[in-house]
Amino acid sequence: MTLPAPDYCISLFFLFLQVQLFSRNDPFPFTMIELIDIHKYFGDVKALTGVSLQVNPGSIHGIVGENGAGKTTLMKVLTGYIHRTSGSILLNNEEITLHTPMDAIQLGIGMLYQEPLDFLQLSVLDNFMAGNERFSPETMSRILEKLSKRFGFEMQPDTPLHLLTVGERQQLELMRLIHVGTRVLILDEPTTGISDEQQELLFSALRSLRDEGCAIILVSHKLDEVDALCDQVSIMRKGTIVGHQQQPFNRNAILQAMFDTLPQKETAPARHQGNKEILKFTHVCSSNGRSGLDRISVTITQGEVIGLAGLDGSGQTVFLRIAGKLLEPESGTLQRFAAEDNESDSTDSQTVFLPADRLNEGLIPGMSIREHLLLADETPLVIFPETGRQKAKQAIDKFSIIGTPDTAADGLSGGNQQRLLLALIPTQARLILMENPTRGLDVQSGNWTWQHLLDQMPDNGAMIFASPDLEEILDHASRVLVFFDGKILLDSATSDTDFDEISQAITGRIKACS
Amino acid sequence: MLMKTIQQHDLTHLVIRFFCITGLGFGAVCLLLFTLHLSPITIAKSMGSGALSNWIRISHMLSIWTPLLLCSSGLLFTFRAGLWNIGIEGQMIIGAICTTAVLRLPQAENSHALFPALAMAAGLCGGGIWGMCAGILKNRGGVNEIFGGLGLNFVAQGIILWLIFGPWKRAGIASMSGTNLLPHALWLTSPAGWRVAPVALVLSCLAFLLTALLLGNTRFGLRLTAVGKNSKASRLFGIKPELIGLTAMMLGGGLAGLAGGLQVTGVYHRLIPAISSGYGYLGLLIVMLAGYRAAAIPCIALFFACLAAGSIQLPIMLQIDSSLSGVIQGACVLSALLVHGFQTKRRNT
Repeated sequence: MTLPAPDYCISLFFLFLQVQLFSRNDPFPFTMIELIDIHKYFGDVKALTGVSLQVNPGSIHGIVGENGAGKTTLMKVLTGYIHRTSGSILLNNEEITLHTPMDAIQLGIGMLYQEPLDFLQLSVLDNFMAGNERFSPETMSRILEKLSKRFGFEMQPDTPLHLLTVGERQQLELMRLIHVGTRVLILDEPTTGISDEQQELLFSALRSLRDEGCAIILVSHKLDEVDALCDQVSIMRKGTIVGHQQQPFNRNAILQAMFDTLPQKETAPARHQGNKEILKFTHVCSSNGRSGLDRISVTITQGEVIGLAGLDGSGQTVFLRIAGKLLEPESGTLQRFAAEDNESDSTDSQTVFLPADRLNEGLIPGMSIREHLLLADETPLVIFPETGRQKAKQAIDKFSIIGTPDTAADGLSGGNQQRLLLALIPTQARLILMENPTRGLDVQSGNWTWQHLLDQMPDNGAMIFASPDLEEILDHASRVLVFFDGKILLDSATSDTDFDEISQAITGRIKACS
Repeated sequence: MLMKTIQQHDLTHLVIRFFCITGLGFGAVCLLLFTLHLSPITIAKSMGSGALSNWIRISHMLSIWTPLLLCSSGLLFTFRAGLWNIGIEGQMIIGAICTTAVLRLPQAENSHALFPALAMAAGLCGGGIWGMCAGILKNRGGVNEIFGGLGLNFVAQGIILWLIFGPWKRAGIASMSGTNLLPHALWLTSPAGWRVAPVALVLSCLAFLLTALLLGNTRFGLRLTAVGKNSKASRLFGIKPELIGLTAMMLGGGLAGLAGGLQVTGVYHRLIPAISSGYGYLGLLIVMLAGYRAAAIPCIALFFACLAAGSIQLPIMLQIDSSLSGVIQGACVLSALLVHGFQTKRRNT
């Protein structure tokens, strides 16, 4: 018997190894991060009850669930922002202890927040360098340039951060996390408030990171983006995981696991449109915001639901804030309501503005539901502990807010905060202005919001909302105004336009309307 | 998921807070005294007897409590509006100057009933206007109220020194001991054996009760709280944060000015350079220790007044410098800040 030649043995060994390693579809067959039976209690409130989850390297794992399901709490536990009550976290099969976010960063776990946690006063490069032990602007500038090229981002190191859009700030934060060695990347609702183009750039960057072996966890309530990006999805409900799925996902099964009933889409009811002017902009200019407003002239009449589309910072926000008299136009004239209406009631009490950043701009943290309603209403001169309690209870019932009259606004989940904001809209409001009304809301809460808004809108009023979600605009608005660089490029009834035309206008590929 | 009810949160929070601060503060002070080979019990006894052993001492302690209560009440308005009224010392000084100015008028000596009341009103208005100056600087000039207030403190200090060493100097002498004594008839009257004027006590208590009522049970108080917690959002409720802030500064300054006026008419009976005696700054600590709420302020102010009054006994009885009371105050404030920071951290994680 002859023994095989040594080189033949070596070739055989490598062949065996190749068969073992690449016979599976998954190129990274090991679990990178594992959460075992995680519990988190805040006093008597059980935020997480026995959550177990495995995330593999080289995969994008979606976490979906309605508002208040515990997704954000789970991610905060994983990044060391809050401490778990019990349970274990394994990283590459070794148990880890996370006392602070710094511990997580050192272990390669980083999180990209819905609102990036950055320093608006500093430059792009300063932000990129933040947290680095060594101070070497030239080297870091080169690294930033290299990373920007790699992901297809466009970023100038000297640009002050406050001039960047939320999407661009996210891109910068993503590069910073990659630079500090993040291997487990968590994204919390990353597409909220960013344009479609920025979303595509972000998705392509995430796919390339996945291919390099990063484990990515995507927290979202948008099933479309989970479908487009994730390899697996876990569904959370009431603080625990209620289901897992692999691609291809069964959307109905996911929705059923998330909610008691399948959400139904609300469509705008037919509404009588009159000729009475509700809002009239005549050659209005402003230098506020990124693009300002450039001689905007538009008339909005009663019964109209106007959707404002455009890239983040194209002028929609400034438009809404000028309409709400939160900003003054630098030139041009603004008229709210027809002249004869102004005599009967104050125009201010007939106009309401709901900002996108509910807790920072719309509600008052530390103040209760009762106090919010007292402030919004005709506040009595003298207030006793029982003043407004009955009204608050009625509003809680009517708006299905999960809380009591004494619950603080910052103790409510995102969906309930939105419900509280809606409860604050005065009954006499005729001009309702909203920035991204369903921001951060799950499908169920979003639908509820629209149902309520459309039901409550008076026939002699109008509603204007800005949204980065074109579907939302096409579903609920009767007319769309598309902003680009401070101008209105498209002004059309939603029945006379389509997704493609609006998309083209958003990116400035059509001529400005007269 | 995380539901927080304000009332539940407050009660447990306050009880835990009280015990933690007391324990930590006393622990730190005892440790310090032990390292200096001093008995905490002896010190406590000496300070206690210095402040509370007889009516004269108690009334002396109350004469310190009065301006502390007024300043703290004023600061409640500004803190509630989210403003740091560091300029409170200056407002007290200007109040004292305005009171003195009215009482120095030649007509004052002929109208003993009217002029002390007018002088108090002048102190209130003077302090209020000085407080408004910091507010206007903030609203119109964008100057942070801390820097504006600090600057105005220096200006007020300059004015009082100029008056004492210039136009209002004693005949032939200009010294740090202040102006001439006011005519006795213009002093706030105190019964024999009292070191505090009952009018001052009543005014302070009334001012405190009115403050608590305004903040806790009125539309103005609710709006003030809304502005302090989120001025941006308050605009959406039709509130004008600038106007509310200015009103808070005016009220805070007014009460500090009244405290300054009472120091002139009820305690020193003249204008002295150190008329504010640092009570404004002490008021800041009291309000912070009270968690920016009215309820605990009288007790905390009383504790600080006891410390200040009782410390006078330390050099006499134990040959220890009276600045020890400052160390105790510092230990209490640091403990309070530590406990507050710890509770906030725990709540966030």
